[in-house]
Amino acid sequence: MDDKSSDKSLFSQKIKRRSLLGGAATAAVVFVQTALGKTIQKAIPASVFQSEEDPTKQLGPFPSEIGGRSAFEKPVRKPSDISSRSPLQDFYGTITPSDLHFERHHAGIPTIDPGKHKLLVHGMVEKPLVFTVADLKRFPSISRIAFLECSGNFRTGKETMTPQEICGLTSQSEWTGVKLSTLFREVGVKPGATWFLAEGSDAAVMTRSVPVKKGWDDAIIAYAQNGEALRPEQGYPIRLFLPGWEGNANVKWLRRIELSDQPYMTREETSRYTETIRDGKIRMFSFDMDARSIITFPSYPQHIEKGWLEIRGIAWSGRGKVLYVEVSTDAGKSWHKATLQEPILDKAHTAFRYLWQWKGESTEILSRVTDETGYTQPTLKQLIDARGTDMGGYHLNPVTAWVIKPDGSVVFKPEKLR
Amino acid sequence: MSKYTYIVFVASLCLCLVHWACSRPGVQAAVHTAVSTESAKDSVIIDSVRWPESFSLGHVATEAEIQAWDIDVRPDGKGLPAGSGNFVDGQQLYAAKCAVCHGKTGKEGPNNQLVGGADVKEKTIGNYWPYSTTLFDYIRRAMPFNQPGSLSDKEVYSLTAFLLAANRIIDSTTVLNAETLPKIQMPAQKYFVPDDRRGGPEVR
Repeated sequence: MDDKSSDKSLFSQKIKRRSLLGGAATAAVVFVQTALGKTIQKAIPASVFQSEEDPTKQLGPFPSEIGGRSAFEKPVRKPSDISSRSPLQDFYGTITPSDLHFERHHAGIPTIDPGKHKLLVHGMVEKPLVFTVADLKRFPSISRIAFLECSGNFRTGKETMTPQEICGLTSQSEWTGVKLSTLFREVGVKPGATWFLAEGSDAAVMTRSVPVKKGWDDAIIAYAQNGEALRPEQGYPIRLFLPGWEGNANVKWLRRIELSDQPYMTREETSRYTETIRDGKIRMFSFDMDARSIITFPSYPQHIEKGWLEIRGIAWSGRGKVLYVEVSTDAGKSWHKATLQEPILDKAHTAFRYLWQWKGESTEILSRVTDETGYTQPTLKQLIDARGTDMGGYHLNPVTAWVIKPDGSVVFKPEKLR
Repeated sequence: MSKYTYIVFVASLCLCLVHWACSRPGVQAAVHTAVSTESAKDSVIIDSVRWPESFSLGHVATEAEIQAWDIDVRPDGKGLPAGSGNFVDGQQLYAAKCAVCHGKTGKEGPNNQLVGGADVKEKTIGNYWPYSTTLFDYIRRAMPFNQPGSLSDKEVYSLTAFLLAANRIIDSTTVLNAETLPKIQMPAQKYFVPDDRRGGPEVR
């Protein structure tokens, strides 16, 4: 068989991902290997999903170079022009599949040849240095499982909202790279340096100022995610990773770090990632992500049935470990400690579960987390009381309620921001 | 000084040095003694014990390498280039390259509204941007959206002059350059405060 011609026919018809995710009559795609060992995409006829085919009577595809999801599984990000959200309600455990990690970028995803990419570290240092990606990989390495969350991660407004739509700008990976402190040691950071500028090599040449202390503490120059190179949309070939800190400061496609004795007041840290609080004040450099939790099951648009069910969700804090999570099944009148899945990691999504017997009553279910600093996830009202009615849209982490209706349907309980 | 006193003196000097070194941030990596921390569960040997003074990776950046990339501008004006710009040139440039996204007068959109004072709900340069230098830095690195990095320094100064004048922060005769731009006080600067959350149980 002519391999080229079959390739051509498959790739010349542009398969739109969305059409694959549509109704039951559309075909799904799998990766199959051609006789010459090349992995290609092939469509599965829709009939397979509707037929009573017996898998024990039919030979399936043989091993291939790249695996894919079962055609029956269709988790997708929810993209807009500027971001895409993780389908939190479709996840199990706490590691986000890399291709479903949320995205937020400011001028598209650059294509960068890792063989040509460099990181310049200069400014208030004894010895400015340029590192190739290969250089960075030769340094002592570190791996860390931690969440990454955009600080603008709360939406509300209607009952028909999924966890993905409410707060899908959070994801978790195992990040691997070199500690920034290791590079600081190499260049010899001068004692007067208190901030550093991190700059990306995307079309926005995006910059953020970060306190030097964070660089010494736990910042990572990451080159890998979940066991493989970073995904392009996560900063390939290298990114800054600041555990527990707002997503925007974790500069992707990192090309430059400049040590300074003051912040640069870049566009992102002044006109964007800042929030109005009381008395007309605007809060800036609010890096830490406060503790938060969300029930991902049951949630809109799921339906539940009478009997035992396990309420499931994730909880996290940018200030340390999750201490405990409480769940209420009676609209907040009483709270019960949920079971936490070990290991409970510092600045990481932590899975919680709570067994509940639903008897068909109308109710609301909620979760709230307390972290090891003693901070308990606030209600929206507590946030408004603390920050005033002009409260900005960043760093909102309110307790989220799901309404259970007698027919078993589940809807979000939107609350007024203003 | 007796030999004994001398030894004590040198020993305490060493201790002081070690104490000073250990109290500097990040210096653990540079201390070449085995450090172990005992906890209830386990003892951990810090993995940098056998680290050399330097791993000798990478190369020393040349002045040319730094110059090519060091495009940032600080509020104190550090990083602003030579040259200057004015309102009239900026107005023409704005109409040609910016109005399509930001509207004829900077108010109409479809993208970010740039012009407007305290009476406007949207965040604009006039009512929200705390530093004038940010405008120069951002336009030069990221605008126009579909042609980032295409403007000359003179053009960036001119656009900055136009936008600041449109927001009534400077008048249309002000020439902008490395001297005059950082001196401009932005109306919104007084509202900004550093993060006032202190950690712990308090909701702020």
